[in-house]
Amino acid sequence: MNLSLRIWRQPGPASPGRMVEYEARDISPDMSFLEMLDVINERLMERGDAPIAFDHDCREGICGSCSLMINGVAHGPLRGTAACQLHMRSFKDGETISVEPWRARAFPILRDLVVDRASLDRIIQTGGFITAPTGSAQDGNAVLIPKDTVDTAMDAAQCIGCGACVAACPNGSASLFTAAKLSHLGLLPQGQPERYRRALRMVRQMDIEHFGGCTLYGECQEACPKEISIDTITRMNRDFLRATLSEGRGAVARSD
Amino acid sequence: MIALGSRVPSGPIEQKWDKHRFEMKLVNPANKRKYTVLVVGSGLAGASAAATLSELGYNVKCFCFQDSPRRAHSIAAQGGINAAKNYRNDGDSIYRLFYDTVKGGDFRSREANVYRLAQISLEIIDQCVAQGVPFAREYGGLLANRSFGGAQVSRTFYARGQTGQQLLLGAYQQMEKEIGRGGVTMYPRTEMLDLIVLDGRARGIVTRDMVTGKISSHLGDAVVLGTGGYANVFYLSTNAKGCNATAIWRAHKRGAAFANPCFTQIHPTCIPVSGEYQSKLTLMSESLRNDGRVWVPRKQGDTRRPDQIPENERDYYLERKYPSFGNLAPRDIASRAAKEACDQGLGIGQGGLGVYLDFAESIKRVGEQTIRERYGNLFEMYQRITDVNPFEAPMRIYPAVHYTMGGLWVDYNLMSTVPGLHVIGEANFSDHGANRLGASALMQGLADGYFVLPATIGDYLASSKLSKIDPGHPEVQRVEAEVAEHTGRLLRVNGKRTVDSFHRELGKIMWDYCGMARNAAGLRKALELIPALREEFWRDVNVPGSDAELNQALEKAGRVADFLELGELMCVDALHREESCGGHFREEYQTEDGEALRNDELFAYVAGWEYSGPGKSAQLHREPLGFEYVQLAQRSYK
Repeated sequence: MNLSLRIWRQPGPASPGRMVEYEARDISPDMSFLEMLDVINERLMERGDAPIAFDHDCREGICGSCSLMINGVAHGPLRGTAACQLHMRSFKDGETISVEPWRARAFPILRDLVVDRASLDRIIQTGGFITAPTGSAQDGNAVLIPKDTVDTAMDAAQCIGCGACVAACPNGSASLFTAAKLSHLGLLPQGQPERYRRALRMVRQMDIEHFGGCTLYGECQEACPKEISIDTITRMNRDFLRATLSEGRGAVARSD
Repeated sequence: MIALGSRVPSGPIEQKWDKHRFEMKLVNPANKRKYTVLVVGSGLAGASAAATLSELGYNVKCFCFQDSPRRAHSIAAQGGINAAKNYRNDGDSIYRLFYDTVKGGDFRSREANVYRLAQISLEIIDQCVAQGVPFAREYGGLLANRSFGGAQVSRTFYARGQTGQQLLLGAYQQMEKEIGRGGVTMYPRTEMLDLIVLDGRARGIVTRDMVTGKISSHLGDAVVLGTGGYANVFYLSTNAKGCNATAIWRAHKRGAAFANPCFTQIHPTCIPVSGEYQSKLTLMSESLRNDGRVWVPRKQGDTRRPDQIPENERDYYLERKYPSFGNLAPRDIASRAAKEACDQGLGIGQGGLGVYLDFAESIKRVGEQTIRERYGNLFEMYQRITDVNPFEAPMRIYPAVHYTMGGLWVDYNLMSTVPGLHVIGEANFSDHGANRLGASALMQGLADGYFVLPATIGDYLASSKLSKIDPGHPEVQRVEAEVAEHTGRLLRVNGKRTVDSFHRELGKIMWDYCGMARNAAGLRKALELIPALREEFWRDVNVPGSDAELNQALEKAGRVADFLELGELMCVDALHREESCGGHFREEYQTEDGEALRNDELFAYVAGWEYSGPGKSAQLHREPLGFEYVQLAQRSYK
């Protein structure tokens, strides 16, 4: 198949960027979207041009590196699918496809389609963990966890940290990312001791990183390659509210 | 001249690790913060080591090439992690896991290391549960298990088909906690390009900032490499695109012996290649063989749809040849059997390179819903890539390069032949011998990172006199300058061919001559082709852009330059090992019915190769392997 591409090119963080047009000829429908970009890059390099920089690694939809806005949709048209698992058979011959990086204040562009998502790591640093230093654990079967609980926790734990939720959100909010981690850990018995402290700290870090607030557009769950539900955000809001109320009474501050 | 002294403690195997832990020197808690440990790689081994070392009180600097440590390739492991918990009451024990692993590795691993691994497997599960890893549970709330190849007990713990992801996130979160506390400093998008050795000890690394291109040195008291395997030397593998051997290869060139480089694992169940543009291969978890049956048509050139081929015209060859293990035969054996079927012209699909993995019978037995619960995400992944629904038609699979058992040689303390340089996880030559059993990589990575290295590195630090190094030290400056020169040289070639085209060609040579089956003639041919290709690379590669910017072509070029050297050593090792064992199958050495034929008299050793300089042949050193507990026998899964 033959396609027309419009791709965001930006030489560096401080330079201005623009959409550049490329012709993609003889593309196989069985190629993945990233393999199509590989082919374009090979052709660019053969004629001495700079290849298009884009983040990618596992190409199996699990590492969360790929971060492409395809025709204005995070990860492209296929629901529950990261761009690396999207194949060209999802497009029509002769179609024009535009490709842009994630756009959010908290994700500065480094080059072309590559953005800096370290802000997500910093949210985890403030509380996205259970404090269990190596060596201190009891037997794995000592705490019983109902299957339904662990299944719901796993639904949230599947988050690959790609940032599609942020890119899709009109407010540039990281609420789905943060809520998924809070749900994963907050549902499990092991996560209870730090539950409210965690909610308080992670939610506040989102503000510090300049992510927007959540106004329940719901775009994030549509874009999420792991189809994480905004039910997690409800859970986050409840825990955050409870944490702020107890904080007023000094309870959370004491456990800090 | 290096010596491969394994430093295995004396005494009965059950007591070695405990005894050793008591005998090792400790670093006083107040002194730990005076030491800096550099951890390269943030996968299961690297992240768990960095987190644990920081909890102990050491200063840790951790480096990864990805934009976040959470993306290391451990994340893609699907099926599970082994532990000898015997929760199923099916006869498992530490001794049985030890036995299965030594046998599964075809008697080419160190008994004491494997025993320790089996012991620690119990603590790993406990640690991961405490961190909140959502392992699958039974309705009663207890941990669930599934079976994996090469074992007759059910000892694999799992979190759907994303076990690696959940274990890595556990280690990553523990490390992020330490980053937040200030114990670990993280350097993402940073690539290690050389090792700094001072007075015979590893004291630092030289890195390139992949965003700005800045070359810097980081100095410390010990260096830990957890940089993964080198399967991408084959170009097409199940590894992530960024996986590379640069850190271990450059450490090798600074004096670390490279052990058993020819031991590579070809995984039997991957999605076959579909075209020239193919950039990587996708694994379908071994756990699928719990419920999937592998078969090919009995007749050559049978082009009927699979559901049109009646039962009596199908060959369930694994069940036929290995009745006691059936579809759960170990990986090396299952891969070779698939190759054999395809070599006989029985393969299915494009190019005849494929066999069926069929779930029809299981779906009939336990229902579609149960199969969906067990493997839902894998089925979806298969359908997304191939456009075929495995609930309706069998999967088409073929073996692909997946893991490397070889790696930098380490002693019982996980230290390489360069004092102070420790190597953990897949990057070391590891506990898997010549073939790794499924669900054992995660176990080894976490055993090394959480439990072994944090104990042994203290002994090294406490018993070494380490003076402070001035960053202006001439040797530091010299290594930095060499790195800058190497990078500059790649850019200056200014030839015509792209880096990928060289990588693809190297991969084809490796797959054809050093892949699932090897022979002397083929390996000799590869040893002519690889140096010629390397020479062409340095004459005609085209790396656009500059070294002072984010330049993905330059990153790739450096890695491929190293693969072009490592590939040659793999062939040298494969040629020298005149026997078949595990994943190393030399066609000249096989039993009458086509099984691997070991030669224990001549080859029951670890081959450790010492770098002797550019253009010179690597020098072979041997670490003899003794088997006191598991009797040397021909491996049988019949």
